[in-house]
Amino acid sequence: ETDIDDRYGDLDSRTDSDIPDIPPSSDRTPEILKKALSGLSSRWKNWWIRGILTLTMISLFFLIIYMGSFMLMLLVLSIQVKCFHEIITIGYRVYRSYDLPWFRTLSWYFLLCVNYFFYGETVADYFATFVQREEQLQFLIRYHRFISFALYLAGFCMFVLSLVKKHYRLQFYMFAWTHVTLLITVTQSHLVIQNLFEGMIWFLVPISSVICNDITAYLFGFFFGRTPLIKLSPKKTWEGFIGGFFSTVVFGFTAAYVLSKYQYFVCPVEYRSDVNSFVTECEPSELFQLQSYPLPPFLKAVLRRETVSLYPFQIHSIALSTFASLIGPFGGFFASGFKRAFKIKDFANTIPGHGGIMDRFDCQYLMATFVHVYITSFIRGPNPSKVLQQLLVLQPEQQLNIYKTLKTHLIEKGILQPTLKV
Amino acid sequence: TLGRALVAGMALMPVSSKESELEAKLDGETASDSESRTEPAPPPAPADDTPEVLNRALSNLSSRWKNWWVRGILTLAMIAFFFIIIYLGPMVLMIIVMCVQIKCFHEIITIGYNVYHSYDLPWFRTLSWYFLLCVNYFFYGETVTDYFFTLVQREEPLRILSKYHRFISFTLYLTGFCMFVLSLVKKHYRLQFYMFGWTHVTLLIVVTQSHLVIHNLFEGMIWFIVPISCVICNDIMAYMFGFFFGRTPLIKLSPKKTWEGFIGGFFATVVFGLLLSYVMSGYRCFVCPVEYNNDTNSFTVDCEPSDLFRLQEYNIPGVIQSVIGWKTVRMYPFQIHSVALSTFASLIGPFGGFFASGFKRAFKIKDFANTIPGHGGIMDRFDCQYLMATFVNVYIASFIRGPNPSKLIQQFLTLRPDQQLHIFNTLRSHLIDKGMLTAAAEDE
Repeated sequence: ETDIDDRYGDLDSRTDSDIPDIPPSSDRTPEILKKALSGLSSRWKNWWIRGILTLTMISLFFLIIYMGSFMLMLLVLSIQVKCFHEIITIGYRVYRSYDLPWFRTLSWYFLLCVNYFFYGETVADYFATFVQREEQLQFLIRYHRFISFALYLAGFCMFVLSLVKKHYRLQFYMFAWTHVTLLITVTQSHLVIQNLFEGMIWFLVPISSVICNDITAYLFGFFFGRTPLIKLSPKKTWEGFIGGFFSTVVFGFTAAYVLSKYQYFVCPVEYRSDVNSFVTECEPSELFQLQSYPLPPFLKAVLRRETVSLYPFQIHSIALSTFASLIGPFGGFFASGFKRAFKIKDFANTIPGHGGIMDRFDCQYLMATFVHVYITSFIRGPNPSKVLQQLLVLQPEQQLNIYKTLKTHLIEKGILQPTLKV
Repeated sequence: TLGRALVAGMALMPVSSKESELEAKLDGETASDSESRTEPAPPPAPADDTPEVLNRALSNLSSRWKNWWVRGILTLAMIAFFFIIIYLGPMVLMIIVMCVQIKCFHEIITIGYNVYHSYDLPWFRTLSWYFLLCVNYFFYGETVTDYFFTLVQREEPLRILSKYHRFISFTLYLTGFCMFVLSLVKKHYRLQFYMFGWTHVTLLIVVTQSHLVIHNLFEGMIWFIVPISCVICNDIMAYMFGFFFGRTPLIKLSPKKTWEGFIGGFFATVVFGLLLSYVMSGYRCFVCPVEYNNDTNSFTVDCEPSDLFRLQEYNIPGVIQSVIGWKTVRMYPFQIHSVALSTFASLIGPFGGFFASGFKRAFKIKDFANTIPGHGGIMDRFDCQYLMATFVNVYIASFIRGPNPSKLIQQFLTLRPDQQLHIFNTLRSHLIDKGMLTAAAEDE
């Protein structure tokens, strides 16, 4: 009886040529569409399906934005779970390990643990007032790291105990595959949610910029494409890349201008305990107030104006769009390389004509992290509610000391007026 | 000799011994992968690293006793080395932790190269080390910013580096990511993705652990020394108990471990932990948080020991009273915590060892490397420590101290004025509620 690990030795071979293809999953195009388009030729049929699905997805997107932040959070969470599922399923198929004992349970368990940890750390901050009221929640929050770590450890020990003699290598591969997938999908989705809480505009503008770059790069490539961009994706061209870059910057600039007017998009999301829901109401920060900028001389001549009124956020939007057009595609190339490496056409077949959810979100991969890092570095410092929460957890003597230090500081800066004795 | 052993070459082929042949037979292992293919350019095979001196001194003894002696001498050498470093202070300890981390990373990555025969993949060695550098830069930057706050604020270039630290680290990482994508070569995609995944998992294991170790160290050297010694003690005690009393096997994965060794090791480690904490809690240099003193430009460990390190009277429960004959006992509260640490070291620490054993069996290697004669690689010594550092860090954060007050003040100072005012007012109402402040006194 040969060691199963040896049978999969060919997976470690030097070249990819001897890897068998993974059987494709069935076509999931709905019957309605098939009947409606049965007249057209195969190529146009594909184009129409893609087009219809694109419009459907965009409408769904608008609908969810209308429904508010909470629905958006749920949407992000569902996408994350689906992406995780798609990548894990590829792993199963690659290693033919679908019936490894325990493994499916363990993968989902780790997903649950990591989500629990992140939601506890980030989302709990925003529900601080709600949490202060409930005793049990207080306990969970105070010992949150310990509880998360204990849960993870339980999973780790289960993994060690589940190691089966002839399947060691496979099991380690799946363990590593799960962890890398968690690193990619779960951390990104939590950064997306943190951006969302900063203000819906920080969620909408980056994501739309990436989508716009996808679409415009495709269109420019379709009409003007000549010079190939990278061997990895033969259909991408330099013309598409550069055309997409300029269109995305213009698009981002315009979208930022339109969205900056509405408090709904611009204000940080807060949870109000009195109404028990999320509200987005505030005094818009300076970033979202029109300011006059003097134009540089050459633009003055072109536009024949002295100054222009812009939202400062529009300047930031240029940085975001630039990242979406220049670095975002690398996420796409990474996913293409991944699909070539494992000889699959699409991540899954969830969306007819488009492939899986991961196929749509591969360029978003790096965008969420960039936006988060951008916000924390250039826009605002640390999260105020988190600072407050940590303050409230300290020992009373420490709180008193800090209070005195803060008071001195605020008075020095003139933020707090020392009250006069009457 | 130890220094020479540590910097000795990149090794992978294990020193064969009777033990490995026995294990191989138990496992029914077939020929390893590497023998069934032709390798164009394998990494240089290492020679036996046992120093000449030892070889000559022990040449008379039989092979089995020679191995035992080599292990014994190296164990003592490592323990002596450990004491010397503790004596030299926190800065040297930090540097040693860093070196151990780099060596562990190197060992695991080399195993990956060997498994995938990818030693000559373009760019890959450069990229792995580059990612190691990026992640270390990120973590050290965060740590340095916290602990050297005043120093950093003084020097202009350091201040900018620390203010935009996350952005800079992210940019560095992104550059590596883009280089990886650009380096993908047509017939090697899968290999390259495997190595990419391998590198990231290794970074996750090795670098995060080592930084948690350094965080623990800054909390007080005792939080570094007691956990590590407990794991080492458990290793040694479990081995001894197993050697003398071992009968029932513990887990199929490691046939040499026994329940007797496990349980005996547990009790021995708890006792050891109690004694060691008692001894160490008496000295300020172990108990005080490490701080950077601006005036002397060096690390100091000088403070008023916290309640945790002051002797207190505890009432002994009735059942033990009759046994020992004392009513109360004087202990440091830290000793109670040490029981938790030792318990973790004995019960869960071994799982780290089983994980490493499973890993070695999965990839058909005897040891991670051949750095330490008789013991294997650095990873072999540190596999049980793997989870301990995280546990201690989580334990400290959850039960010992809350968030770091000076860090909170720093974060507060970077907020916007309206946010600062809001937090200040909330804190004020909270303190008044708790009775720490009186509203009247505040208005003065």
